[in-house]
Amino acid sequence: MTFTKLLAGAALVALSATSVIAADTVRMGTEGAYAPYNFINDKGEVDGYERELGDELCKRASLDCTWVTNDWDSIIPNLVSGNYDTIMAGMSITAERDEVIDFTSEYFPSDPSSYVALAGADASATKGTVAAQTATIQAAFVAESDATVVEFATMEDTIAAVRNGEADSVLADHAALKDIVDASGGALAFVGEDVSIGGGVGMGVRESDKELRDKFEAAIASMKADGSLNAMIAKWFDGRKAGY
Amino acid sequence: MFEYCTDPKLIEGFQWWSCYLSNGKHMSFYFSFLVVLSLLALTVPFILLFGFTGALARRSTFAPFRWFGTIYTSMVRGVPDIIFFLFVPIAMDQGIEVIRHKIKCSDWPEPIRQGNDFVVCTAAKMPLSSSAQWVHETYGFMLATIAFAIVFGAFAANTIHGALGAVPKGQLETGAAFGMSTGQIFRRIHLPQMWVYALPGLSNLWMILIKASPLLFLLGVEDIVYWARELGGSKTARFAYPHGDWRLGYFLFLLVFYLFLTWLSEKFFDRIMHKLSRGQNTAAGMS
Repeated sequence: MTFTKLLAGAALVALSATSVIAADTVRMGTEGAYAPYNFINDKGEVDGYERELGDELCKRASLDCTWVTNDWDSIIPNLVSGNYDTIMAGMSITAERDEVIDFTSEYFPSDPSSYVALAGADASATKGTVAAQTATIQAAFVAESDATVVEFATMEDTIAAVRNGEADSVLADHAALKDIVDASGGALAFVGEDVSIGGGVGMGVRESDKELRDKFEAAIASMKADGSLNAMIAKWFDGRKAGY
Repeated sequence: MFEYCTDPKLIEGFQWWSCYLSNGKHMSFYFSFLVVLSLLALTVPFILLFGFTGALARRSTFAPFRWFGTIYTSMVRGVPDIIFFLFVPIAMDQGIEVIRHKIKCSDWPEPIRQGNDFVVCTAAKMPLSSSAQWVHETYGFMLATIAFAIVFGAFAANTIHGALGAVPKGQLETGAAFGMSTGQIFRRIHLPQMWVYALPGLSNLWMILIKASPLLFLLGVEDIVYWARELGGSKTARFAYPHGDWRLGYFLFLLVFYLFLTWLSEKFFDRIMHKLSRGQNTAAGMS
C-alpha cells in the first residue's frame, strides 16, 4: 500500500517536473567579442547593448532567458542544430543568411561600415590589403571589390593585423571600430569613405521557430513604439539617434 | 574581491594589479586550468581502456573482433584529429537527442530535420534548455572526454599491440614449460613485461594529449587558451580595467605552464620506466 503511494507520489513529482520544463528557457547565443554590441565584462558575464536589450525583450515576452557564447564562425550552424535558440550578435540581416535562418525585424539601424588604418595613412589604405572578420558582410564586400581581403576569426585579430602591418586597413561596423579608435590614443584613425553595406541588425532564430520569432517581434515592436529602444541605443552608442 | 576594488579607475600600481588579477573573468581563467587538468586526468583511464580493448581485439583469434580492432585503429588514426573532434561530439549529441526524442515525444507530428534545422521536442533536449549553465558545461566536457578517449585510444591500441608483440617469445614459452595456463602467462609474464615496450609510446601520447587540450574550445569548453585570448585582447574604456593588447603576455604564461606540465610528466615517466625496467630482459633492465 505504502509502496503504491510512494510510486504515485514519484509519478506526481515526475509529472510536475515535466510541466516545469514546459515553461521554456530561451537560450540566447552571442559572440561576446564585439563591443559595444556584446562583450564579456570584467565579471566574466555577457554584457553590452544586446545583453541589456535581450533581457528587456525577454521580460516583455515573459520568457526566461540565459546567455551562451559561441565562436562567430560557427554561430549559425550551432543555432540550426539547436544548441541555443536565438542569435543576438550584431548580425546584419542579409539575404544570404536569411536563407538559412530567420530574422526578426531590425533592432539596430543599418550602420555604415568604416575603414580604420594606422594614423597618418591616406585613403589608399582602403585599396590595398584589408582585414575583416570571417563570414561578415564586410569580408564579403572586400572580396567583391578590387582590394585583397584577409580574414580573421575575431575583431581583435583584425585590429592586431592592422597594428602590426599585416593589413593596410580593417573594415567593420562603424560603432564597433569607434570604441577601438577612441581607446587607441591616436595610434589608429578612420580613413577613406564609409561604405553602406547590409541591412540593420536583427535577432536570428531557427526557421522552424516561428512562434519564438513572433514573440520577440512583438517585443521589439513595443520597444520601438514606446521609445525605449531609441533610449537604449543612445545609451550604448554615444547618444546616437536611431529614430525608431 | 578586495575592498579597495570598488572603483578600479582610482587605484593604480599593486592595488590595480591585485584587483585586476582577481576579477571574475580571471577567476574563470584560473578555473579553466582545473578543467583542463581534470580532462587530462579523466581521459587517461578511458584511453587505456580503449587502447587495451583495441589491442586485444586485434590479437583476437575470432576474426570479427580482429577486424573491429584493425578498423578502429587504422580509421581513427587516419582521420585528422580536428575533424574527429568536430564530428564525434556533434554526432553523439544529436544521436542522444534523437533517441530521447523517439522515447519521450513519440506523438511529435513534425520531422526532426526541417530544412537546415535540427529540431527535437523540448523534453528531448540534452541537456534541457532549462538546466543550469554548469550542466551544459559538464555535458560538453563529457562529450569532449569521450572524443579525446576515442582518438587517443586508437593510438594507444597501436602502441600496446606493438608492445605485446615485442615481449620475447622465450619468456612466454618458459611460462608454458612451467605449466602455466594461457591466462596465467598473459597476466603474470606477458602483461608485466609489455609495459616496458609500451611506455615510451604511451608517454609520447600523453605529451601529445597535453598539447591537444586547447582543442577543447572547438568542443565548446572554455579552456585556458580561450580565456587567455579573451583576457589578453585589448580592452576599451567600457571595461573596468582598460588595457592594450596583452595577448603576448598571457600566451607567454601559457607557454610556461605547458612547459612545466610536460617537464613534470617527463620526470614522472622516467621514474616509472626505471622502476619497470628493473630485472627485465632488456638493455635498460641490465643496469
